[in-house]
Amino acid sequence: MPTALTACIDALPSLLMGAVSTVGMLLLAMALGFVLGVPLSVAQVYGPRPLRWLAGTYVWFFRGVPILVQLYLFYFGLFALLGLNLSEFVSAAAVLGLTSSAYQSQIFRGSIQGLHAGQLKAARALGMTDRQAIASIILPQALRLSIPGWSNEYSILLKDTAVAFVIGVTEIMARTRFAASRTYEHFALYILAGVLYFVLTAVGVRLLRRLEKRVRIPGYAQQGSLV
Amino acid sequence: MNLDPEFLRELFSALNKGLFVSLQLIIPSALLGIAIGIVVGIVRVYGPKPLRTVADGYVALFRGTPLVAQLFMWYYGLPNLGIMLSASAAAIVGFGMCSGAYHSEYIRGGLLSIKRGQLTAAQALGFSPVATIATIILPQAIRRALPGCGNEIIYLIKYSSLAHLVTCLDLTGEAYGMAARTYEFTAVFLVTGAYYLILVSLATILLARVEQSLSLPGFERKRGPQ
Amino acid sequence: MTDSPILGAANITKRLGGKTILDNVSLRLDKGDLKVLIGPSGGGKSTLLQCLNLLILPEKGQISLEGRDIHPRNKRELSSFRQQVGMIFQDFNLFDHLSAFENVRIALIKVKKLSRRAASERAEQELARVGLSDKGGLYPAQLSGGQKQRVAVARALAMDPKVMLLDEPTSALDPELIGEVLAVIKDLSLAGMTMLMATHQVGFSAQLADEFMFMDQGRIVEQGSPKELLVPGTRTQAFCSKITELAGEVPG
Repeated sequence: MPTALTACIDALPSLLMGAVSTVGMLLLAMALGFVLGVPLSVAQVYGPRPLRWLAGTYVWFFRGVPILVQLYLFYFGLFALLGLNLSEFVSAAAVLGLTSSAYQSQIFRGSIQGLHAGQLKAARALGMTDRQAIASIILPQALRLSIPGWSNEYSILLKDTAVAFVIGVTEIMARTRFAASRTYEHFALYILAGVLYFVLTAVGVRLLRRLEKRVRIPGYAQQGSLV
Repeated sequence: MNLDPEFLRELFSALNKGLFVSLQLIIPSALLGIAIGIVVGIVRVYGPKPLRTVADGYVALFRGTPLVAQLFMWYYGLPNLGIMLSASAAAIVGFGMCSGAYHSEYIRGGLLSIKRGQLTAAQALGFSPVATIATIILPQAIRRALPGCGNEIIYLIKYSSLAHLVTCLDLTGEAYGMAARTYEFTAVFLVTGAYYLILVSLATILLARVEQSLSLPGFERKRGPQ
Repeated sequence: MTDSPILGAANITKRLGGKTILDNVSLRLDKGDLKVLIGPSGGGKSTLLQCLNLLILPEKGQISLEGRDIHPRNKRELSSFRQQVGMIFQDFNLFDHLSAFENVRIALIKVKKLSRRAASERAEQELARVGLSDKGGLYPAQLSGGQKQRVAVARALAMDPKVMLLDEPTSALDPELIGEVLAVIKDLSLAGMTMLMATHQVGFSAQLADEFMFMDQGRIVEQGSPKELLVPGTRTQAFCSKITELAGEVPG
């Protein structure tokens, strides 16, 4: 397999460039998903009925429609209809972020609902408004509990970025396909791409585990809140 | 957005055709995935060490890489080794192998949740190891694994849209063709999205039914935080 | 009975799921009072205490603080009311992500809007008052039950409440930890704090309380000084002797 090997070596720099694009999309999407996911989860738990319904419908839509269909819908359809002129990269990150916000909101919601009701009660008893209680008592706890779910979401989202080549983002898959079409070494090149994704997953999960340890509260996990 | 009846008729007939193809991919690959998941799940818990290592490796590999990459491997990569699969065969094998890795996680979790006493009791009654697993352990473990496996089937329905990327004319494939012909991307993909939403919702209801009909009084693990 | 009470409740009624939890309950707490709610579990003691702090909104009735009626729909008024009414819970409800010190300090910063420095000083004082100066850096999961409840008391005291409501403050504690919490409550009472406490610690209460209120089925059915009620023939007496028999506590 010397030709396969040379194909891989030749393609590696390009694939690494693609990895930068993949990670960029991923980080943007995670961030957008977080920024939208937190209020979505709060709306689903504490919001008045119409808001709860609205947030629920949003989540239902983005969790039920395949990412590929969403990419086509937003990139070729809705973004243009809304007069947005976004690059492929930004479009893909935005769509992935919207989807991720639906999933992240479910993670946060689960954590919020896992907290003891007494936490909110005690905050109110001290005169905190619900807004203050959510911001300084509920979310700091819920977000800590969400890190394992978040690490799961990271690896799912990373794999979902691999679809972004369909709208022309030059990430890992796009570059692998290009190299494969030139050299016909599909098998070897897709293995190489797989290895890259594997490494990215492992690194991200490890970093998140470190974050979890850093923000850990002594004795907190043992209380069974994580079950 | 174009809502002229001729266009709509054409759209629905194309999507219905695609839906039929999608189902032909989803159902076999779901069955394949579950079968793989059960076997691999059992091997990972009860198998001999070398076999367990292989099974663990398979799961790590298929869960750690994107499904698109796996599909391309099956469809475009295998010919490098002299193996040719049709687009739909590649899709079914690809979905089934990936799904099987996830199913095995839930089966494994289910198996590990069964208390040792169940095994000991069966052995005390003279059950062979295989009979113990098949008649005592697995029926319990599968019930425990059911919510997770159900979720995985929902994922499979959504990710079946990737078959379009290996040239299958499934729901997404038909939609893409239609949109490219008419430039009605928004309308076409909104309706396509609705198809998937309905498919996913129906599957959710169906899976809840299955779960309910298999439920045993008091058996479900107490869930939820306290 | 000429002045308006520190905390007053008039005709409080609360229904939940078709059941009447509180049935037209009225009470008043005057300055320095220590009144004790006793009675069987499910009799409405906990719901009453939470209604008094408007953590649960009653269907009917009026809560007043120093003669002023409280309108729970007004958020600012509600917040200021709750700041002046300290609440101690059965299961402590310390904020699990904050150290003991931060638990005491957080509402001073967020609610009272004190500077961090002033809030920190005050938090130190209150922790010292409950004898936990050296435990401020520990998190709730690292404290014993008795220590947690003392932190909860310090947290409430830091808000300068005019009255304290205590909902079975010792019933989640191991027997050997009850004493340290009761000692803190006794100090507070002797220092003149106005308090209403639901408890099963009848011996302790009989010594200190100005008044017993026996609650059953959502009503206060007997009310009077411990001396008046702890005589043969009252429900209070019957209930207390049953409890002390079970706990081996010697009343009086």
